[in-house]
Amino acid sequence: MPHACLRLQGILGQIKLDEVSMSEYIIEMLNITKEFPGILANDNITLRLKKGEIHALLGENGAGKSTLMSILFGLYQADSGEIRKNGVPVQIRNPNDANALGIGMVHQHFKLVEIFTVLENIILGVEPNKLGFLKMKEAREKVMELSEKYGLRVNPDAVIEKISVGMQQRVEILKMLFRENEILIFDEPTAVLTPQEIDELMEIMRGFKKEGKSILFITHKLNEIMAVADRCTVLWKGKCVGTVEVKNTSKEELSRMMVGRDVSFEVEKKDMEPGDVVLSVRNLSVPSKFHKKNAVRNVSFDVRAGEIVCIAGIDGNGQTELVSAITGLERPSGGTITLCGKDITRANIRTRSKTGMSHIPEDRHKHGLVLDYTLEQNMVLQRYWEPEFQNKGFIKKRNVRNYAEMLIEKYDVRSGQGPLTIARSMSGGNQQKAIIAREIDKKHELLVAVQPTRGLDIGAIEYIHKQLVASRDAGKAVLLVSLELDEVMAVSDRILVIYEGEIVGELDPKKTTVQELGLYMSGAKRDIA
Amino acid sequence: MQLDIKKITKSNGFSAFTSALLAIGLGLVCGFLVMLGASPENSLYGFQTLLFGGMTRLGDVVYYATPIIMTGLAVGFAFKMGLFNIGASGQYTMGMFFAMYVGFMFKPPESIHWLLCMLAGLVGGILWGFIPGFFKALLNVNEVITSIMFNYIGMYLVDMLITKNSTMYISIKARTAYLPASAQMPSLGIRNSGANISFIIALLIAVILFIVLEMTIFGYELKATGYNKHASIYAGMNGKRNIILTMMIAGGLAGLGGAFYILSPSTIPGASMTYEPINVIASNGFTGIAVALLGSSNPLGIIFSGLFISYIQRSGSLVELYGYKPEIIDIVIAVIIYFSAFARLMGMAIPRLFKGKKSRHSESHDDASEPDNPPEGPGEEIPASDNPAVEASGEGA
Repeated sequence: MPHACLRLQGILGQIKLDEVSMSEYIIEMLNITKEFPGILANDNITLRLKKGEIHALLGENGAGKSTLMSILFGLYQADSGEIRKNGVPVQIRNPNDANALGIGMVHQHFKLVEIFTVLENIILGVEPNKLGFLKMKEAREKVMELSEKYGLRVNPDAVIEKISVGMQQRVEILKMLFRENEILIFDEPTAVLTPQEIDELMEIMRGFKKEGKSILFITHKLNEIMAVADRCTVLWKGKCVGTVEVKNTSKEELSRMMVGRDVSFEVEKKDMEPGDVVLSVRNLSVPSKFHKKNAVRNVSFDVRAGEIVCIAGIDGNGQTELVSAITGLERPSGGTITLCGKDITRANIRTRSKTGMSHIPEDRHKHGLVLDYTLEQNMVLQRYWEPEFQNKGFIKKRNVRNYAEMLIEKYDVRSGQGPLTIARSMSGGNQQKAIIAREIDKKHELLVAVQPTRGLDIGAIEYIHKQLVASRDAGKAVLLVSLELDEVMAVSDRILVIYEGEIVGELDPKKTTVQELGLYMSGAKRDIA
Repeated sequence: MQLDIKKITKSNGFSAFTSALLAIGLGLVCGFLVMLGASPENSLYGFQTLLFGGMTRLGDVVYYATPIIMTGLAVGFAFKMGLFNIGASGQYTMGMFFAMYVGFMFKPPESIHWLLCMLAGLVGGILWGFIPGFFKALLNVNEVITSIMFNYIGMYLVDMLITKNSTMYISIKARTAYLPASAQMPSLGIRNSGANISFIIALLIAVILFIVLEMTIFGYELKATGYNKHASIYAGMNGKRNIILTMMIAGGLAGLGGAFYILSPSTIPGASMTYEPINVIASNGFTGIAVALLGSSNPLGIIFSGLFISYIQRSGSLVELYGYKPEIIDIVIAVIIYFSAFARLMGMAIPRLFKGKKSRHSESHDDASEPDNPPEGPGEEIPASDNPAVEASGEGA
């Protein structure tokens, strides 16, 4: 018997060896299942990454993409299933294990030390040293060499908090290259980039492919998949719908797989005659947090009832400051803001809210939600003080519950435990839906929506666009701030282009083109001095 | 039934409770180890006393628990808003002084004398909580620094005012005089202990705080600010007012703690509690931080953690009988607090134990859903471009 066992082992060993040489897959995730309280995030998912391919992972928010990648990167442990590299089963207990296997990841929210320089961030954790003394010169040479080779231009001595988001992303990519990772995971890398930066990133990714690196690319954006990916795996509600060759498929088919139904890319919108002026901004200037000059300079515009006015521009041209001044998060240094005929330039936030302002904030985690509160507590965040929800300072719990349940039903907010779900445990798309439900259902005349679709999938985007248009059709004024050109063109009735804190052009989306809009956004063209 | 257990184990309160128990258990084990090392032959009896000694002095347990429950509430309540109130000691001392001052210097009708003293303590604490809150709200000065400094300012100020006042201070004995009986709080009538009505008041206050936190819009705003300051601003909450109000309430709670301490009735007729102005910061204020931590800042949890810490302190004073230094109890408490810091971590481990048991239970009914089994081979979902070698090894494994 022992003898037979030995022989069997020998045979098995041989099979393993053959596998290593034969396997065309560099990473295989087989039958991965992961359950969180109340939600099956990954249900028996199998994903196989070929060596040297760009493999897109597509799915709605909450479909389980991030969970799956977090398992591969060692941030979570799968409840069951197996991960293999080159056909050999491996255990990935933490990101260090992943790193040792050559797996690197660029997270959606960058993991950088803000006050360190680019170079310091890149070498962090794997500092080249001799007896504990840093060998910065060597590190610098290696970083510069990599940056040269892949066209990732960075200034190694710049401090992270001072450089643009696009630059920060390059630093994250260089971090992976410095660690000589061969499997690169990009978690929604284009969500924060300008159109030009996206093109550059696509080029960089093609360069990696040429070098034989394998890329896993999480995204919602079908255009990007069509542009760079070889194959695409689609997830839907935690399940794997299938893997397709990108060249044999179409955008429409992918979106159908992703959402489980047909999606229209066009926003249906009937013509509207704008009514009275709801918001009026005159000569508004807002100081910058980063430099001594004003971030918003002498801006004037009106938003009327029944129209969607879009502030278009490349990120960092004063949109955030402009909205902060309108919504009351920051004080302007000059000018006036009038809402429904009432001067609110110096009014506090509660007064603005009572006067008729609803605000879908740019950062849903920072401003939009109290993540440790339940969904129902978040649903009344703007209204808890109203007589409907409180009596002599005591919260009317039953009314809060009923109201939350009504909003959840009406706006299709999905979560594990209904009104009692902790907001933190919800998916990004549903968190955003909750905010939108809260802000739209609140009595308002003006809806300020700042990048309401950032980081969301097309199903959710379609939904949010519909809600914005519905709000407009109900005779509300909508001020939309967006970085997405497609969104700007599809949704708005009037476009104001902001460049370096000034409104440089007012365009009609029906009469302009994306190219022309791009010229205004980049400062190459301007109408208004 | 199964579902009920799942619901309970998932709740926040349960995980806080189990983690506190676990911290206490580990702290006691460490205490035993220290005793074993110090004097092995007495360790069993010593440990027994440590565990059950307090039982013989329940009146004292209640009596000593009252001030630390109050300082615990003072720290815990402010912490719910994200404020770290290190200043409970100063607020406690101020409250004690105000109560004493009214006790010595005012001569109201006897029946309400103690009540007035108590209210004076409340005012003293509120005053000492208001100042750091004011600085925090309007000038954004870190409340940790101001409240630490106000511990010293309060203590030296009180010591100075007491030693200069000949009615309050007996310089030969280097302590305050005995308070008049009318200023002392009504006793609960437990023999040989100072347990008095203040314990009942403390319990009531804890319940009221719990109601404020859970059921009112003030509590809603307070916790929202503690969890996410930016969102509270976005929602138009008046953060400045809430910060000042919270610190005033916290100060008032600690001040009441000081009043309760000094106004306790003495078991010896004609005597009273006294204060020695020897330039030492009141330790009950810092014990309050421990009580709040162990009680997860929950007002009801703080009642139990205050009682427990008082209990173990009483037991600790008894282990001296076996030749141990009473400081050993400080070690045990320190270890318990240390482990409380891991509270959440451990709190999560225990429900998982329950969950693990449950899933094993359900497996016996339904073999198909066994999660720990390795995959028997690729499932149907795997695309057609399958590698036969993989299948072979899958079966071999």
